[in-house]
Amino acid sequence: MASVKLNNIKKRFGDVDVLHGIDLDIKDGEFVVLIGESGCGKSTLLRLLSGLEDITEGDLYIDEERVNGRSPAKRGIAMVFQSYALYPHMNVFKNMAFGLKIAGKDKAFVKNKVIEAAKKLKIDHLLERLPRELSGGQRQRVAIGRAIVRDPKVFLFDEPLSNLDASLRVQTRVELGKLHQELKATVIYVTHDQVEAMTLGDKIVVMNKGRVEQVGSPLHLYHHPKTQFVAGFIGSPKMNFLSAKITEVGTENTQIVLESGRVISVAVDTSGFEKGATVQLGLRPEHISLRCDTNTVEGKITLIEHLGEQSYLYVDIPQEGELVLKVDGDNQYHAGDNVTFGIKPNRLYLFAKDGDALPRITASS
Amino acid sequence: MTFLKGFLPSSPRHVSKSVTVHAILLAYTVIALFPIIIVIINAFKTRKAIFKDPLGLPDSDSFTLAGFQEVLLRSDFGLYSWNSLVVTLIAVGLVLLLGAMAAWALTEYKFRGNFIITFLFAMGIMIPIRLGTVSILSLMVELNLANTLTALVLVYIAQGLPLAVYILSEFVRTIPKELTEAARCDAVSEYKIFFCIILPLLKPAMATVAVFTMIPIWNDLWFPLILAPGEDTRTITLGVQQFVGQYVTNWNSVLSALTLAIVPVLILYTIFSRQLIRGLTSGAVK
Repeated sequence: MASVKLNNIKKRFGDVDVLHGIDLDIKDGEFVVLIGESGCGKSTLLRLLSGLEDITEGDLYIDEERVNGRSPAKRGIAMVFQSYALYPHMNVFKNMAFGLKIAGKDKAFVKNKVIEAAKKLKIDHLLERLPRELSGGQRQRVAIGRAIVRDPKVFLFDEPLSNLDASLRVQTRVELGKLHQELKATVIYVTHDQVEAMTLGDKIVVMNKGRVEQVGSPLHLYHHPKTQFVAGFIGSPKMNFLSAKITEVGTENTQIVLESGRVISVAVDTSGFEKGATVQLGLRPEHISLRCDTNTVEGKITLIEHLGEQSYLYVDIPQEGELVLKVDGDNQYHAGDNVTFGIKPNRLYLFAKDGDALPRITASS
Repeated sequence: MTFLKGFLPSSPRHVSKSVTVHAILLAYTVIALFPIIIVIINAFKTRKAIFKDPLGLPDSDSFTLAGFQEVLLRSDFGLYSWNSLVVTLIAVGLVLLLGAMAAWALTEYKFRGNFIITFLFAMGIMIPIRLGTVSILSLMVELNLANTLTALVLVYIAQGLPLAVYILSEFVRTIPKELTEAARCDAVSEYKIFFCIILPLLKPAMATVAVFTMIPIWNDLWFPLILAPGEDTRTITLGVQQFVGQYVTNWNSVLSALTLAIVPVLILYTIFSRQLIRGLTSGAVK
C-alpha cells in the first residue's frame, strides 16, 4: 500500500488541453473518489495514473517514487475497468492467475492466492467457468479479484459499477466498501454517480473541465461547497438555484431580494460585496421545509414524484422558476395544490457571479 | 410436409422469401459443383465412355480404375502431393502468423511509417503478383532458390500476406482495447499479449484467412511451372500436366489425379472451418 502524489499534472491530446494542472495528495490506505461530468477528464486522469497514457507535464509519485514514464507494470497498480475486460478465452481461475503466472510465481503460490481472493469475493465456486457464462455482477467480481491477487500498491477503479443494474450496483457498492476496510488499500475510484462517491469515498475530488474544483470529505463537500458547480453536483436531488441581488451587506446576516421582490435573509458573510451585486441563491431540496415560517415563499405544485419513504415536489414559484422540495412520503399533496414553505437562513448558500461560494456562517448551525 | 415445416417460417410472406433464397442458393450450388462432379464421375470411367457419354454415371461396362492405377503407380503422385502439402501448409502458416503480427502492430501501435506500410499492403491486394514474375524468377535464380520449394513458399507468402493483413486488421480492431490495457496493467509483455490474448481471439478470423489463402496456393499452376518445374519439386497441379500431351491427353489419368487432388484440400478446409466459431469474444466486455 502506498501514498500517491500528483504535482501539477497536465495532459494534452494534440492541441487540446484535457487536464490543466492537477495537484492531489492521496494518503496511504485512502479511498479517493474522482467525480465529475462526462468529459471532465476524470477517466483520463486515472489512465495517467495507471500509465496507459503518457503524462504531458508534471510529476506523479507513487510510494514516494517518481513514476512518470514508467510502464503500468512497474508502477504497482491494478486497474478494474468499466467493461471488466476479462480475457474471454480463459476461465475465471486463469483470468485471475494470468498476471501472477506471467510474473513467474510458482504454481502453489498462484493457486493459493487466487483461491483466497475468490473466497473473499464469493466466486470460489465459479473458477472453472468462462467469462461468457457469468452474470454482470460475477464478471465484475472476477475483475476485482484479478486486481486483488496482484497485491498492488494502488487500486484504480474506472466506473466499475456503471454496467450493473440498480440493485446489484447497491449491493456491489456495499461490498466494495467492506472490501476496502478489509484490505486497507489505497483506492482511486472514478465515477459519475454522486451516491457512490458519497458512500464510498474517504475523500472526494470533484473535477470540472480538466480542473480540480474541490477536494474534501463527503460531508465537507455537502456542507461547504466551494463553488456552485460542486454544490449542484453533490446532493440528490440537485440543489435549487435562484438568482437574487444583495440588498444588505453584512458579516452575520445578509438580506437579498429575489427577482419577484421577495426578501430573504441569509446567514452568509457578504462583506466585500456591494449592495446590488448579483448572486445565486442555493437551496437544497431537503432543507426546504413546509413547516418553517422564516423566509416563506408560496408556489404551486406542478408534479409529485413518490419514492415511498419520501416525495419530491416540483413547485412553480411565480416569477422565479421551479424548485424541488423533498418532503415526507406520507403527505396528502396533489399536483395543482398551492403550498407555502420556508427555509432557515443558515441552510442557505450564496454564490457569486463567477460561481465561487460566499463563506457561510456555521456557528449557528 | 411435416418434415419441411421445421425448416420453413410460418408466415406466407416469409415462405416465398425463403423459397426464393433457397432456389438461388441451390442453383448456385449446382453450377459450382457441376464441373467437380463431372471430373469425379468421369475419373471412374473408361476412355471410350468418357467421350461417348460424358454426363453418364459409370456402369458395369464402363467402370474402371485404370486412371487411378496409372496415376498412383506410374507417376510420383505421392511426391507431388507431399510437395503441394508442404508448400501450402508452410505458406499458410507463415501468412497467418506474419499477417496477424502485422495486423496487430499496424492497428495497435502508432509509429512513423505506419500509414505507408498499410498503404503498401493495400497496394499488394490490388496489384497481382504475377506481373512481377520475370523479376521474381531472376531474383530466385540469383538467390539459388530456383527449383526449390522455398521459392514457392516465399512467393506465396508475398501473395497471401496483403489480404491477410487487411482482413485481420479489421478483426483486431474489434477486440476491445481494455483487454490489452488490462493485460498491460497485469505486467504482461507485448509479445505475451499478442500470443496469449490477441492470437487466441483471432482464431475465427485466422480460419477465414487460412481458407482464403490456401485454395489459390493449392490450385496454382503458374509459379510451380516457372519457379520449380524440376521433377523433385513438382506440385500436384504441375504433376497432373504430364498426362496432358500436345497431341494425346490421357484423360483417365488427368481426371483421376484431379479427383485425388481434391481430397487433401477438402480435409484442410474441414479442419479450418471448424475453427470458424462465432462469438468467441462474447463475455469479454459487456
